[in-house]
Amino acid sequence: MRHAVAALLRKDLRLELRSPEAVPAMVLFSLSTFVLFHFALDEAEVSGNLAAGILWVTLLFAAVLGVNRLFVAEREEGGFDGFLLAPVDRTALFVAKATLLFAFLAFVEVFMVAAFAFLLLGPSPWAPLPGLVLVLALANAGIAVVGTLVAAIAVQTRARDLLVPLIALPLSVPLVIAGARATAPLLADGGAGALEGRWLMTLGLYDLVFGLLAYAIFDFLLED
Amino acid sequence: MFGRGLKTLSLLSVALLVGAFALVFFYAPNDADQGFIQKIFYLHVPLAIVALFGFVAGGIYGIKYLRTGDRMHDLRSYVAIHLSLIMAVGTLITGSIWSKGSWGHWWLWDEPTLVSFLIVFLLYACYQPLRFSIEDPERQARYAAVFAVIAGAFVPLNFMAVRMAESLAHPRVLTTTGGAMPGSMRLTFLVALAGMAALFVTLWKYELASKHATFRLRALKRKLAADDETWVPNPRRSAAPTL
Repeated sequence: MRHAVAALLRKDLRLELRSPEAVPAMVLFSLSTFVLFHFALDEAEVSGNLAAGILWVTLLFAAVLGVNRLFVAEREEGGFDGFLLAPVDRTALFVAKATLLFAFLAFVEVFMVAAFAFLLLGPSPWAPLPGLVLVLALANAGIAVVGTLVAAIAVQTRARDLLVPLIALPLSVPLVIAGARATAPLLADGGAGALEGRWLMTLGLYDLVFGLLAYAIFDFLLED
Repeated sequence: MFGRGLKTLSLLSVALLVGAFALVFFYAPNDADQGFIQKIFYLHVPLAIVALFGFVAGGIYGIKYLRTGDRMHDLRSYVAIHLSLIMAVGTLITGSIWSKGSWGHWWLWDEPTLVSFLIVFLLYACYQPLRFSIEDPERQARYAAVFAVIAGAFVPLNFMAVRMAESLAHPRVLTTTGGAMPGSMRLTFLVALAGMAALFVTLWKYELASKHATFRLRALKRKLAADDETWVPNPRRSAAPTL
């Protein structure tokens, strides 16, 4: 299984390197969203709840772009058939795609958080950075798992691009609640507050539940 | 196949619901705090509980479908989710009315149960579009079952997260469903809950029977038409499963 996952990951990373598609789109989208937020809120600097909210909504919408593209190559170029013909565990595809989405999100977040600190954030971004990285990593795992499931469901439907946000956004409400509540004190005016353990627990529980569920159920999305 | 016991079940749910409403209006006392408006509780909470159980039942039938591949389980899952969606709309409307009556606002973001319900409703509202946009019936059933399982697991997680996010500032009636209610209120509530549950099961069985009969009829028509080649398939597509 490890070889299959590595091979699939290598293929997807090479595809993205040769013709970058999802990642630049996600980065550009988050930059435009920050600009939009600046004008829509008419604020030069944000902090606390507002900053956390803007960051999480932007991250989630950017993630939806990536989720939309996740299985498109497999569907259009017959990758699903190729994968099903190979004598490997089907969960390998899930693990590879979730890891890929996690990597995309982490890569995008580097630019996104930098741009956010540069364009909108009032307080200094350096003090809350370790806490922010931890929360974002936990949330990325959740988005990666749920996003891969939703992408695998939606890619076989006619209304693909419509269904992804409609299903993924309600499913990620717990992530936004926990993520935004956890980051709000970090980004508060006048020094970073403490990270609350219960939000990290919520994120961890979400990752665990959906990770196990996806592991159990993903095979059914490939059976043909 | 599904007709057995329907008559008894229908009579039972009518009796329970009429009894529940009689108890609500003539037996249960007015709430000391909120007065008459609190009686919507006997409609709102049973609707919500039954809808949630319906969603979870949809997920359980989804698992059963994935394990056995029996299309009847897919139909059961579909009908349970479809009825629960209708009850969820009822819950949101009655919740909003209650909120207006007792707190003066149509919508309160600090009522976690109602907010969770809205999120769950939004998620399940995608169930029918999802079914509708997959043409192959076998794949439609499989994907719908996967969706039902994911969403079924999402329901408790979501309730937990939303409940944690609110500060629980005002006194809440919903948490007292068992503990602090006086006996007369609890009895009324339990009868109302039983009535709503019976109504759900009755409607569920009715719809299953109706869908099943439709499929049988269609199959028989097709068989008849094989002789004289006049039969045309029904051109109207629907999100409902086909057998």
